[in-house]
Amino acid sequence: MLINGAKIIVETLIEQGCDTVFGYPGGQVINLFDELYLNRNRINHILAAHEQGAAHAADGYARATGKVGVCIATSGPGATNLVTGIATAYLDSVPMVAITGNVPTSLIGRDSFQEVDIVGITMPVTKHNFIVKDIRELADTLRTAFKIAKSGRPGPVLVDIPKDIQTASWDFEAKKDPVRPYPLNFASEKKLRQAASMIMESERPYIYFGGGIISGKASSELLKLAEKIDAPMGCTLMGLSAVPSDNPKFLGMNGMHGHYASSVAQDEADLVIALGARFSDRATGDKKRFNKNFKIIHIDIDNAELDKNITANLSIEGDIKDALFRLIPMLPAVERPEWDKRIEELRAEEAERLERAAASEFAKKCENCTNPCTMTGIPAENRLDPYRIIDIISSKADEHDIVVTDVGQHQMWTAQRYPLKNPRTFLTSGGLGTMGYGLGAAIGASAAEGRRTVLFTGDGSFGMNLNELATAVSQNTPVVVVIMNNGVLGMVRQWQTLFFDKHYSNTTLARQTDFVKLAEAFGAKGARAFTAEELEKIAEEAFSGNSPFVIDCAVDCNEFVLPMLPPGGSIEDIITEIK
Amino acid sequence: MENNQFVIGVIVSNVSGVLSRVSGMFTRRGFNIDCLTVGETESSGFSRITVVFHGDDEIKHRIVKQLEKLHDVKEVEVLDQHETVIRELLLIKVRNTPATRQDIMTAVEIFRSKIVDYSPTALICELTGETSKLDAFIELMKPYGIMEMCRTGMIAIERGDSCLKTEK
Repeated sequence: MLINGAKIIVETLIEQGCDTVFGYPGGQVINLFDELYLNRNRINHILAAHEQGAAHAADGYARATGKVGVCIATSGPGATNLVTGIATAYLDSVPMVAITGNVPTSLIGRDSFQEVDIVGITMPVTKHNFIVKDIRELADTLRTAFKIAKSGRPGPVLVDIPKDIQTASWDFEAKKDPVRPYPLNFASEKKLRQAASMIMESERPYIYFGGGIISGKASSELLKLAEKIDAPMGCTLMGLSAVPSDNPKFLGMNGMHGHYASSVAQDEADLVIALGARFSDRATGDKKRFNKNFKIIHIDIDNAELDKNITANLSIEGDIKDALFRLIPMLPAVERPEWDKRIEELRAEEAERLERAAASEFAKKCENCTNPCTMTGIPAENRLDPYRIIDIISSKADEHDIVVTDVGQHQMWTAQRYPLKNPRTFLTSGGLGTMGYGLGAAIGASAAEGRRTVLFTGDGSFGMNLNELATAVSQNTPVVVVIMNNGVLGMVRQWQTLFFDKHYSNTTLARQTDFVKLAEAFGAKGARAFTAEELEKIAEEAFSGNSPFVIDCAVDCNEFVLPMLPPGGSIEDIITEIK
Repeated sequence: MENNQFVIGVIVSNVSGVLSRVSGMFTRRGFNIDCLTVGETESSGFSRITVVFHGDDEIKHRIVKQLEKLHDVKEVEVLDQHETVIRELLLIKVRNTPATRQDIMTAVEIFRSKIVDYSPTALICELTGETSKLDAFIELMKPYGIMEMCRTGMIAIERGDSCLKTEK
């Protein structure tokens, strides 16, 4: 069938199983948008307020479903606005196809209106990218893009399509099925046997898992392993939601802001079994000191992650689900009463340290704070603090609701505290740490799954991309936005308090934004909570509806994310209380 | 070749942008390239890139793995320097004077170089060989006045019948 390039794009997207795309029109994609209009009953396009929001929405769609997320932007500024979203997906291994229009091939390289070399720009932040200069290659290039995005360790792929390719015609025939990923690599039998004997020799094994468990669909194998070898588990930020937070073997996230028991247990282990994780600097701190006490078995689908940040004693390349499935039968079931006892001690110590931190003098004082303090006069038992906010919200939410965060203190508090049950219900920008990620991602996740999303954000992060409230309203997205509003850029402020003599350079916002009015101006509902009592009521209302609702929660600017391993520090430097 | 220097042969798809992808990977991951050459292979769809870099074994492994991740890279191999023929081509323009002419000619002969252009004031020598040989020749030419020079960078191919495949 002879059809034009724009139609080939839409037909190929549908062929690849794509039901929803996120984007923003413009001069060099006008032909593509014409086809999206003509095919609006077959493929849903969600109009974002800004291309960055569209990219984050495609990312949220992909993280919530495991399918490839698709975003579309025009050339030039449209394309460059996608870049942060693409980089966010790249650092967190999210399958995405970004389609950009470009000026006609005859105008390329002449600094034409709205021309940028987006392939050059995105080369370091994509798994691969393409510019299509021949209509005959258009459909297959898009198919390859999907194939690359979902193969092995997933990631974003960009396809740049000049306007004349969209208008040219070529023969197209849809394939019956979406492209299949490249064949997976499987762990070598010999290495798995070595792993098994290392585990059998170990007295204090600790499982450290990352986002690879989620993208590798290996949650149940992971739980079986932990059960069988009686090992505690800790995870990276990206690993959260892979196992239920209340699993008795699970100690929570470790690393810079991880749970005390989780980080210390790892340090006291004699063997760390790293599964689908990459030993980021936020997880390890000082790399020279990090693995002084334990051996490491590292299993990952991406060979390049093995021995990249930390040199393991045994590195195994392969699909994680298959590797665990084959490893588990090689291991005898054991019990480790002494190690279990030590873990229980650490849990108790963690609880005690949390209490001490909450009761510390610092937590009560607002010295050097120039903000009008919203906390004054509220009795302690009714005060909102970050954990209390999370507890109230999570008590109203359903376990299938998808929790999304922005970046900063609120992100770490949510990562530490929110009780997660199911994989793919916690979406956060881990590797890139993109403030402004959350609202777009929440919209994308809701659009994909038809489920409610709960966005935890801060007044700083929310300020970055709050324009997407417009999208949430036009889509009637069931999103509850919880702003932890402390009037400061809390995470940077925390560093300034600890490491820069309380020089609060540019972290005191002193804004007069009324988030309730703002929500209403966008057509959403909004309410402000100063006390726990108020938040209970507001949350009740927010979760009873099915449309965007913004809850502005007052939080003390002296709330700290604890514990904290200082950057480049090690477990001995752990801060659990501010004095 | 220096001790901590490595030579890798990389077979890549012959598509536009592939050189940027390969060289860009080195830049953004903080690896230093001593020398990089690219050229055709026996099969038209593929090019062969020879990269020389220095570092330890850990860096070598990281570079190989990162190269293998690139979609357009089909094969990567660290070449064993004792089992590899390594060559580089030098073109060097030297000042030509009656006083120095004979000495230059002697050096050219001993190094099995060739004079490929001759004018009353300048001559161009062509020399092929391993890097150390080229370095020595350049050193020798310095006193006579090097006017201009360029070298291709190393290309390398393994001895015997082991090959980098252009099919995967």
